[in-house]
Amino acid sequence: MSMTIDEKKAQNAALIEEVLKAYPEKTAKKRAKHLNVHEEGKPDCGVKSNIKSLPGVMTIRGCAYAGSKGVVWGPIKDMIHISHGPVGCGQYSWAARRNYYIGVTGVDTFVTMQFTSDFQEKDIVFGGDKKLEVIMDEIQNLFPLNKGITVQSECPIGLIGDDIEAVSKKKSKQYDGHTIVPVRCEGFRGVSQSLGHHIANDAIRDWVFDKTEDKRPDFVSTPYDVAIIGDYNIGGDAWSSRILLEEMGLRVIAQWSGDGTIAELENTPKAKLNVLHCYRSMNYISRHMEEKYGVPWVEYNFFGPTKIEESLREIAAHFDDTIKANAEKVIAKYKPLMQAVIDKYRPRLEGKKVMLFVGGLRPRHVIGAYEDLGMEVVGTGYEFGHNDDYQRTTHYVKDGTLIYDDVTGHEFEKFVEKVKPDLVGSGIKEKYVFQKMGVPFRQMHSWDYSGPYHGYDGFAIFARDMDMAISSPIWGLSKTPWKTK
Amino acid sequence: MAKLRQIAFYGKGGIGKSTTSQNTLAALSDLGQKILIVGCDPKADSTRLILHAKAQDTILSLAAEAGSVEDLELEDVMKIGYKDIRCVESGGPEPGVGCAGRGVITSINFLEENGAYDGVDYVSYDVLGDVVCGGFAMPIRENKAQEIYIVMSGEMMAMYAANNISKGILKYANSGGVRLGGLVCNERQTDKELELAESLAKMLGSRLIHFVPRDNIVQHAELRRMTVLEYAPDSKQAGEYRTLAEKIHANAGNGTIPTPITMDQLEDLLMEHGIMKQIDESQVGKKATEVA
Repeated sequence: MSMTIDEKKAQNAALIEEVLKAYPEKTAKKRAKHLNVHEEGKPDCGVKSNIKSLPGVMTIRGCAYAGSKGVVWGPIKDMIHISHGPVGCGQYSWAARRNYYIGVTGVDTFVTMQFTSDFQEKDIVFGGDKKLEVIMDEIQNLFPLNKGITVQSECPIGLIGDDIEAVSKKKSKQYDGHTIVPVRCEGFRGVSQSLGHHIANDAIRDWVFDKTEDKRPDFVSTPYDVAIIGDYNIGGDAWSSRILLEEMGLRVIAQWSGDGTIAELENTPKAKLNVLHCYRSMNYISRHMEEKYGVPWVEYNFFGPTKIEESLREIAAHFDDTIKANAEKVIAKYKPLMQAVIDKYRPRLEGKKVMLFVGGLRPRHVIGAYEDLGMEVVGTGYEFGHNDDYQRTTHYVKDGTLIYDDVTGHEFEKFVEKVKPDLVGSGIKEKYVFQKMGVPFRQMHSWDYSGPYHGYDGFAIFARDMDMAISSPIWGLSKTPWKTK
Repeated sequence: MAKLRQIAFYGKGGIGKSTTSQNTLAALSDLGQKILIVGCDPKADSTRLILHAKAQDTILSLAAEAGSVEDLELEDVMKIGYKDIRCVESGGPEPGVGCAGRGVITSINFLEENGAYDGVDYVSYDVLGDVVCGGFAMPIRENKAQEIYIVMSGEMMAMYAANNISKGILKYANSGGVRLGGLVCNERQTDKELELAESLAKMLGSRLIHFVPRDNIVQHAELRRMTVLEYAPDSKQAGEYRTLAEKIHANAGNGTIPTPITMDQLEDLLMEHGIMKQIDESQVGKKATEVA
């Protein structure tokens, strides 16, 4: 029997109250502001966000270094990104986030390699600038086809005040203007990885755009040049997006930053339109390009056929009638293919409830894809979203949806235990907790080593994966030996 | 052998900490005490008068050369000077780079782990300037120096620094048992210096353990990279340092938990002694041209 919307809201409100009871008074008061039941018609989801996580709770967040090295810079494939500081941060971010790329690793591309200055005590005491110079010399010697170097600062760099800017300038000069970018993304800065995205965006502005003007005067523009911004090509996402734009007659001149190159970054101010997928991590540079170079930007969503259609039309609206007509052709071409996917999986997935907790854009962007399969997202939240993310979320979520910002381990477990969704979508740290609770789970950061999920091709894989997780016979076989029926 | 005593000299930069401490420790060794001096200043000049030379091989410079501090032996860093006083310098980075505070922590841990304190009666730490960060507070933390001697003078900023150092001591007094041994006034010949120093010591809940008068013989000795004790053992100044050494030697266990004062109280103290005039609030923040 289904509940009325008011009953559902009351139930969710009571659930929040119950969850908060486990906390000391002060913590409960603070966490209460991050949990809410969505009220339709409100300008946002009614939660506070982008605030420091509380001591004593388990947060799912990362740090500024993760936001810069792991998200924005790491996927730029022809540059070498030095994890500058003690070895741990580099070791644990080795191999990146499944940002697929084309190239010969170790020769002209370097994404899955790990470069670190491996700070020792003497580097802390005497400073690491000299070591950084040596590393850059070694990189130039060993990897002559690298197209640039970035310095990704770990915490100690900011504490001991190393002058990585001076080293970068000096070495760039020595190597004939080679692009060398110092990034002040020390982990202790800010409340989550979000500040790292911003710092990394600013570094592109200051050390790529402002330093390389007219570096490529031979670039020939067309009226249909677009750049894909904020697609990290997880499992090939940017590729399955790119082909749709190209089918529409647009020319993709850059991918930021999955499978991207420094040359693409440098050319992007010459785009006619920036199409922005992950708003959270790259709105800063999009706004900058609009202000300084007059490049407009538009947000889009390539998860699931409904949103893809909307997005293709919206992107096409920025161009002439040929492109608009092409968009319709693309939509028409894929429609029967998508219908076949839906016909296959929807009967098994219809009415299934999903709870999400992810990073930049997915807590809202994937909702349409689930709905295309007849599923319902009953709870969602962002690791490091800001209020503008929660505003955008209102266009996706249904009245009465449970909203949880920077959810804690305790809250997430309790919510899932009570709401009893048919599927949880979150990260590797959450996966086994919920699977052991007997709840089907998909990693929604790495696509659980599958993907792509973007575009029409991606939707077919997405639908298969969700079905695989939910309809697996394993859930019927699991027994709790100490419980007798 | 008596229990190891660990003391430390702190004070404003340029106040004469290193000079006072080396002379006093030279006098202590004349009393038959076996002494180890640990210089905790990147300038590495805390043992110059004892060694007749600036120590070239600091713990941190050698560690950087060798790869890490674990690659060093105690013999590499320890030098023997006047009256067999053992000397080590922590050393540290050039001004403006790296983290000197971490260097102090690294060095002291190295010395303890390698038994540098075995067989001595006194370990004395000579620490730069103010307690600017956690690293420079290392000697006053748990199981390190038991008594701190603050070298100061009648100058406002020296007294201000003394008060700040007291705050540092207070912070660790309850967790680690460090105490303020007393103030040592190194005369600058400012007005009513002795009176002021005594009043400040009292306000800090301590005492002025000795007033070291100014004497040019100290400079004469320093030019020869010697302590007065060695350069002119029969001079009056050598006697002053001997007295200070005896007082410190007798001061074991007499340290107190300091009672730091506020900036206002410090200004009141100066006014009380007529060093500073009552501040006319209407003049605060006014330029000379505005006042005239």
